Amino acid sequence: MATLNAFFSHISEYLLMAWQALVSHKLRSFLTTLGILIGVTTIITIWTTIEGLNKYVFGQLSNIGASTVYVQKYPWVIKGDFWKYRNRKPVTYKEYQALAQYCNSAEHISPEVFSVKTIRYKNKKFENIFIIGSNQEYAYTANVAPEIGRFITELDVHYNRYVCVLGREVADQLFEKANPLGKKIFIGDRKYLVIGILERKGNFFGQSMDNFIIVPFGTFRRVYGGHREMRVALSTSPEKLEEMKDQIRSILRRVRKVPPTKEDDFAINQQDMLTDLYKSLTTTLFAIVFVIGGISLVVGGIGIMNIMLVSVAERTREIGIRKAIGATRKNILSQFLFEAIVISSIGGFIGIVFGFFAGNVVLSQMSLSGTVSLTSILIGFGFSGFVGVLAGFYPAYKAASLNPIDSLRYE
Amino acid sequence: MLIHVENLIKIYQLGKVQVKALDNINLTIDRNEYVAVMGPSGSGKSTLMNIIGCLDVPTSGRYILNDQDVHNLTDDELAHIRNKEIGFVFQTFNLLPRATALHNVELPLIYNGTPRSKRREIAMNMLERVGLADRANHRPNELSGGQRQRVAIARALVNNPSLILADEPTGNLDSKTGEEIMQIFNELNEAGNTILLVTHEEDIARQTKRIIRLLDGQVIKDEMNQ
Ligand SMILES: Nc1ncnc2c1ncn2[C@@H]1O[C@H](COP(=O)(O)OP(=O)(O)O)[C@@H](O)[C@H]1O
Ligand SMILES: [Mg+2]
Repeated sequence: MATLNAFFSHISEYLLMAWQALVSHKLRSFLTTLGILIGVTTIITIWTTIEGLNKYVFGQLSNIGASTVYVQKYPWVIKGDFWKYRNRKPVTYKEYQALAQYCNSAEHISPEVFSVKTIRYKNKKFENIFIIGSNQEYAYTANVAPEIGRFITELDVHYNRYVCVLGREVADQLFEKANPLGKKIFIGDRKYLVIGILERKGNFFGQSMDNFIIVPFGTFRRVYGGHREMRVALSTSPEKLEEMKDQIRSILRRVRKVPPTKEDDFAINQQDMLTDLYKSLTTTLFAIVFVIGGISLVVGGIGIMNIMLVSVAERTREIGIRKAIGATRKNILSQFLFEAIVISSIGGFIGIVFGFFAGNVVLSQMSLSGTVSLTSILIGFGFSGFVGVLAGFYPAYKAASLNPIDSLRYE
Repeated sequence: MLIHVENLIKIYQLGKVQVKALDNINLTIDRNEYVAVMGPSGSGKSTLMNIIGCLDVPTSGRYILNDQDVHNLTDDELAHIRNKEIGFVFQTFNLLPRATALHNVELPLIYNGTPRSKRREIAMNMLERVGLADRANHRPNELSGGQRQRVAIARALVNNPSLILADEPTGNLDSKTGEEIMQIFNELNEAGNTILLVTHEEDIARQTKRIIRLLDGQVIKDEMNQ
């Protein structure tokens, strides 16, 4: 306990000495901290941005559902030759029917076709609204739910009814505060009855995710033509996912008559393809952070070492005086080491404050939710202390090794 | 016996030239002595003081301080001796320029871990003893030469050392101020302190009890005063 107390009182002594030395050279000390300051600010800002993006992207990707797959002509992430995919046959309604009939490991299957139309209600008109034709299963495969009203039912699909479910933003734009249920809107030149409004999904990279309309699959095909490219979404429980994928492959290969020697001529797309792509992207980003941050910390460290060497030379006489009245090597070493650590930590601290603000500004500019990364703050602080020790050690050692009488004579 | 040196030799190597600053010095100084070291410039007075003050080491010979052979001591032990046993007063004061008088006096106490509050008290007492209590918060450049030397003396006394070494303590002061400083040393010796001081002023040497005269690194005369 006594030694611990002595230890802390020593530390406070060295901190005080360091502080006084730094205050007596304010501008110089400030300039010296710049490298560390910039390094730490960079690390925290970029780190925070990446974490915000991560949270956001993974949140959005989870909307797709981990155990939903999409049967499509093109894979989501194309590796190598794009042209070989071009000659593939599109996915057809017949194939959807085959999957619906035989793929018993899937819990939900929805055919999906897309178009872009102008919509109208009374005197309000919006162009380029995304229209999805699908069935009642879409609610499960796409993980959407009506906030008010109802979703498309089997009967709507069976009878090809002219009904539609609106994304939240479409509803807000067309109807503002009025109740849209039971109203009729124009999609292209056809009238549809509004039967439900979906829950809000938010934004994805500034794109609204609520700016679409769902209509029954058959209705869509009757109005907009049956030969559009489509995809089929299938979902199941996570443990049956692989089994389902195998089943899809064997069914489709049979239907499409793919010879056993040839590879699949269709793609089974899955959320984790995007997750993997995104992860490899952010790994690169993290590497960049470390390189940038690392370089500025090294530069900052060199700056600190340089100034500390100057400081030791300038204060040779002071070191001589201290030694003459009883300072040990360890005392002098600690004094200068603490000075370096304090400079560096002040840089780190200001860097953390700047990084905190910059991180928040970036998050709000990109309309990302999230907070400034605690990990990055700790890393920033740890790094700056570490750099201080590294950069300060040699100058401090040099100071400690000075011989008292030579230092006293130093002019 | 407080100090005993035997066959002390100090040689400085200046390029190819060797300077024999101390040439076979033998000395014994007892507790409570009041000794002046005299001699022309370059005769080795400072070199001797620095070795006795454990700031420097001899080229050869023995130095025994307080029954300890200094030669066998580690760096840390020497630092401890400089802190506890020796109070050094320099011609050029050697105060920390940015620290207040009080802080300068406190400095030796910091290095032996005296708690902060106690430090203040002891340092304040010392400043009072040299008549500078009202200048405690002044920096050296706000003090006159004589006042600075008083601060330096207070600092030398603060750990109650067995030996006070003063290398031309009045050398940078006018004679009136020098006389005031000597007054302090005289009182300290009367109070029981052992004092070794370098001077080349006969007036000052006469106030001590023993005079050692050096020439070319050798003791040429060592006699009691009057
Ligand atoms: N660090 C040193 N390097 C070389 N020669 C020195 C050094 N210190 C002292 N000397 C030489 O040693 C001799 C004694 O010097 P010093 O002890 O300072 O004399 P004093 O104090 O009596 O004037 C002088 O010739 C001086 O030039
Ligand atoms: Mg001298």
